[in-house]
Amino acid sequence: MKKNWLSYPYLVWVLLFIFLPLLLVLFYSVTTRTEDGIRFTFEHFQRFMEPIYLRVLLRSVKLALISTVICLLLGYPMAMILAGNGFKRKQIMVFLFVVPMWMNFLLRTYAWMTLLERKGLLNTFLSWLGLAPLNLLYTEEAVVLGMVYNFLPFMVLPIYSVLSKIDKSLIEAAEDLGADGVTVFRKVIFPLSLPGVLSGITMVFMPAVTTFVISRLLGGGQFTLIGNLIEQQFLLVGDWNFGSAISMVMMLVILLSIGVMSKYEKENEGSGLF
Amino acid sequence: MQQNIIHLVDISKDYNGTEALKNINLYIRKNEFVTLLGPSGCGKTTTLRIIGGFEEPTSGDLLFNGVKINDLPPYKRRVNTVFQKYALFPHLNVFENVAFGLKIKKIDKKSIAKKVRTILSMVNLAGYEQREIGSLSGGQQQRVAIARALVNEPEVLLLDEPLGALDLKLRQEMQIELKNMQQRLGITFVYVTHDQEEALSMSDTVVVMKEGTIQQIGTPIDIYNEPKNAFVADFIGESNIIDGVMLRDYLVEFAGLQFNCVDHGFAEKEPVDVVVRPEDIQVVAEEESALKGEVKTVTFKGVHYEMLVDSTTFRWKIHSTVMAPVGAKVGLKILPDAIHIMKKVATTK
Repeated sequence: MKKNWLSYPYLVWVLLFIFLPLLLVLFYSVTTRTEDGIRFTFEHFQRFMEPIYLRVLLRSVKLALISTVICLLLGYPMAMILAGNGFKRKQIMVFLFVVPMWMNFLLRTYAWMTLLERKGLLNTFLSWLGLAPLNLLYTEEAVVLGMVYNFLPFMVLPIYSVLSKIDKSLIEAAEDLGADGVTVFRKVIFPLSLPGVLSGITMVFMPAVTTFVISRLLGGGQFTLIGNLIEQQFLLVGDWNFGSAISMVMMLVILLSIGVMSKYEKENEGSGLF
Repeated sequence: MQQNIIHLVDISKDYNGTEALKNINLYIRKNEFVTLLGPSGCGKTTTLRIIGGFEEPTSGDLLFNGVKINDLPPYKRRVNTVFQKYALFPHLNVFENVAFGLKIKKIDKKSIAKKVRTILSMVNLAGYEQREIGSLSGGQQQRVAIARALVNEPEVLLLDEPLGALDLKLRQEMQIELKNMQQRLGITFVYVTHDQEEALSMSDTVVVMKEGTIQQIGTPIDIYNEPKNAFVADFIGESNIIDGVMLRDYLVEFAGLQFNCVDHGFAEKEPVDVVVRPEDIQVVAEEESALKGEVKTVTFKGVHYEMLVDSTTFRWKIHSTVMAPVGAKVGLKILPDAIHIMKKVATTK
């Protein structure tokens, strides 16, 4: 009790930079400015219920889910390889895997543009082979590719860290009790790695569902995601109220998805937000 | 006729140039309780892991019921292991842990439930089926590990220092329980420990190992009373080991005196190791023995006192129920059958 004052700076920080902004967003989302001042309203949320906006939400969730699944399918074996092999090589592999993350996120995504564009590296290569150029950039696939590329490490690292902590004697014990390689994976390794899988899914899904940079650069504005929508409202349209309302909806979606995840996690021994 | 269930023929194991095992030859009979005993790094766990299938021998053959099984993977062997740190599955409860092996064998649910219940009551854990592993004490986890291995009715049970993490009293209880179980079930036990008391009190056969070689194989009584060399003598119980010279059959000289002994067959004037157990030395009045000394320390050990007595050339360790005070001049009496003569081995000491 005596050292309560130590937490005051953090409290101030939380108030100033987390609580207050959130309160402001909430305030904007349920108010509108008219000639006779500020009026309380739900019209922004009602507006979001229009099909055109719901479709954007749906598309965001869909693309984020696809990216998450692909990240999981690519990332799990990757994490297993990292966690399983000889020590020296493992360190180098993890290092190589993390290095691109030190580079600027925008830069990496721009790099993909030059690879994928009509006269880009890939199409040049294709025409060199005598094949017709492909429409690669500004497609849904390009957006998913961008998400997977950027967020894959967030899937691999938590799974890798859980996998490498699994006691080898548990695997030996399973073998000893008659389990072949597949059974060992199914009954011991995979269930024990679930916490890593869950946090990997969360860490990929959340940025993927809110991204606006990837969809703008690689989707070319044709694939408006919810992140783009929010950005537009604030920066182009100037309708802060509607933008705030969409942000609130987005937060709700994320909170719900985390809630579902942590509920599942709790059933498997663990604790989360809910 | 008892048959050999496991036979290690000239087994060697090499880890990147370090020899963990050097030409191990060992057979284990059906229903035998065999203990591999030795200090850490002697190769006892490696031997067990080779039998379990977790390591492949670099050379030599491992025979199971007469069939070579060198490269048979662990999941195809009719042996089960109780691991040193139990290796229980933390994501499964007690029932699921014990049923793990049975479920893989695709036995029907009813008989799985019955078998698990029977084995759990055998290890005194009836009613613990739904408990999480993390909520069990060390001793209970130990029992689950044993139940998980035994429920598969293996032909051989391998135990890797299974009682190492338990406190003394629990360890002693579990020793008796394990021995009872082994006799009741008629399963061959191969037990690894560095605790010589444990080895002596539980085993039919003790295999003393050192630096990847077998030093001696024998019954606990043989190993204790007739250690083959100074290392075994020193490792099994406490010993006074002193340099001596064999003068002729039945006569040995050490500590500057001549003693009658029961050993023979040595060369004349052959240098030997003389081993005398601390409890085999009698403390008598000074004038009653040619071997004299002064009591340096006395420690109360519960059942006996441990005294260190300095004679002119050697510090004797003596266990006796009668105490002589520090500083007392005493005589030490060693009877002929308490003197064990051992050939000097180049590798020991």
